[in-house]
Amino acid sequence: MTTFLELLVNGISIGAVYALIALGFVIIFKATEVVNFAHASLLLVGGFIVAKTHESVGFWLALLLGLAGAAAVGALIEFAVIRRANVISHSILAIVTIGVDIVLTTELTRQIGTEVLALGDPWGSEVLHLGAVNIPLARIAALVTASLVIALFLLAFKYTNWGVAMRATAEDAETAALMGVRRGRVSMGAWAVAGALAALAALFMCIFPTPGLDRTVTATAMKAFPAAILGGLDSTTGALAGGLIIGVTESLVGGYQSELVFLGRGLGDVAPFLVMIIILLIRPAGLFGTRELARV
Amino acid sequence: MSRSTILWSAALAAAALVIPFYLDASWLQDGLFAMAAAIGAIGLNLLTGATGQLSMGHAFFLAVGAFGYVYFASEPQEGGAHALGGLGLPTPLAAVLAVLLAGVAGGLFSPIAARLKGAYLGIATLALIFIGQFAMTNATPVTGGHNGRPVPPMELFGFVFADTPEAPLVIAGVPFGALERLWFLGAILLLGAGLFARGVLRGRPGRAMNTIRDHEIAAGVMGVPVSRYRAGVFVLSSMYGGLAGVLVALVFQQTVPDYFGLLLALAYLAMIIIGGLGSVAGAVIGAVFVSMLPRLLTRYSDALPLIVQPGQEGVGAAEAAQILYGLAVVVVVLFLPGGLLGLITQLRLRTGRPLPAAAPKHSLTPTPETRN
Repeated sequence: MTTFLELLVNGISIGAVYALIALGFVIIFKATEVVNFAHASLLLVGGFIVAKTHESVGFWLALLLGLAGAAAVGALIEFAVIRRANVISHSILAIVTIGVDIVLTTELTRQIGTEVLALGDPWGSEVLHLGAVNIPLARIAALVTASLVIALFLLAFKYTNWGVAMRATAEDAETAALMGVRRGRVSMGAWAVAGALAALAALFMCIFPTPGLDRTVTATAMKAFPAAILGGLDSTTGALAGGLIIGVTESLVGGYQSELVFLGRGLGDVAPFLVMIIILLIRPAGLFGTRELARV
Repeated sequence: MSRSTILWSAALAAAALVIPFYLDASWLQDGLFAMAAAIGAIGLNLLTGATGQLSMGHAFFLAVGAFGYVYFASEPQEGGAHALGGLGLPTPLAAVLAVLLAGVAGGLFSPIAARLKGAYLGIATLALIFIGQFAMTNATPVTGGHNGRPVPPMELFGFVFADTPEAPLVIAGVPFGALERLWFLGAILLLGAGLFARGVLRGRPGRAMNTIRDHEIAAGVMGVPVSRYRAGVFVLSSMYGGLAGVLVALVFQQTVPDYFGLLLALAYLAMIIIGGLGSVAGAVIGAVFVSMLPRLLTRYSDALPLIVQPGQEGVGAAEAAQILYGLAVVVVVLFLPGGLLGLITQLRLRTGRPLPAAAPKHSLTPTPETRN
């Protein structure tokens, strides 16, 4: 039971981090209808900046730099690539982001090399004891921060002018433009916010119990794709639910691996994808996604 | 067939015949990889380019083909914990079965492939890569686990596609080893694969596929069985992937699970984008570009700025090639909507020479109405 509780809390915490990534993914899709396969590399950008700067400027400033850097790269991708390629079909735009992803990931993994970079976070490897349940402090920090940021984001999405403009654009881009919403600004903002969210997720993905930022982080970040998809690409609620489902699944399957060993080693890494496929078989548009309706 | 097409085909055939006599083994090996990549890319182009179904899982089907061939063709090996299974079938039969197996794997995925669209399908196929990696590292008796397993050479009517030191084959003063022999096998397979795909694209199925890409509902209204077609194309494209996998295995002579990862799948998407979506020639051009790029960069690394020799600090040739084809994908989409093939066609139009009859038929950029 204790193990189960520990795994559950860990899973929810990882899930909250996946939800951050998936949320960015969903915002970009809502604002620009682009499926951003470069999302994992945005995450790598953020993590890399934090890892490289924390020694000279301290952790908190480094984190701020990382957030800003990833946001800037996101905005730059939107400005330099996505906006220019506006006339082509959307699945081709998705492939462009794959091109961007290849460039960024190759260069950053080359910079990282075989090293494991520490992010210099203040939580270290401390463990919180709640009765018999032991939970790393870093995971609690991840859970609390991610929940706060998500709540803040959803409030902003609902009540601020920026959020209204974003939702209007997602609903009907042309009408929104006629009403005075600046589409360019909205989509660039979406990319920047998504970049910042990814950078924050990068932080929590690379601290205890993970050893640090290394070249496999993008593969880990790929698990946020199933999170976004199984919740429904155009639904923020879906991103949250998807993130939690994926996080808890991964944590439980990984934790009970010794009982599941007959299924093979490394099951925790595939479990998110298996869950996604099962859900997509039942609901092809994801749990909360709107089913596409077309007028002929 | 117009005259220029005949001339082009003749020139290409002559080049394919002559090349093994002049180039050394390492170039031949890269050429063979390019051929395998071309076969795989033709398959992916049928699916993604012609039918508009994004697939990020193509590398999985190559893996099925490669390991299927190895399993069907190898003799079983005893050895305790490292025992390797195998059926010991004749190698041509094993190759055919491996391609069929890849098709079956594609067919098993059809409940997903026929129903999901766009990004959903793309990410669902991404799952195949991860599931494939998991299966390959765990199914040790079939795949040999992490280190892979050796590939038995192809043997066709008593002719072995391998180095035979005891009975060397020398033609016109050139010793014919494994690579020279495989070169011709690869060329014939590529020709067959290309012609078949061309037939599919130009016939009734091709029109149906393009209609599905351009407007699915309209396709359905016109009487195209959309789901069946999408599942069918997915199976066909997996079989192409399987064939490419068999060829890759034969050239490598050792199959390793790591090779069939995400990078390979992304490289295939890059190929068809760079070459030109929806056509056989585009897939082949893109495949040659992407697979020869690292080779060329390594060869001329001392003459090129920014690229260092292997082992030194800085951007290596393989990384530079990856960055370059990543950039090429972006540049092609921004500036050359028809890919390299489209560029060639445009250049021909500029120079005022008549076009071959088939070239302008495939519209490579869907109109704004077809976005969905």
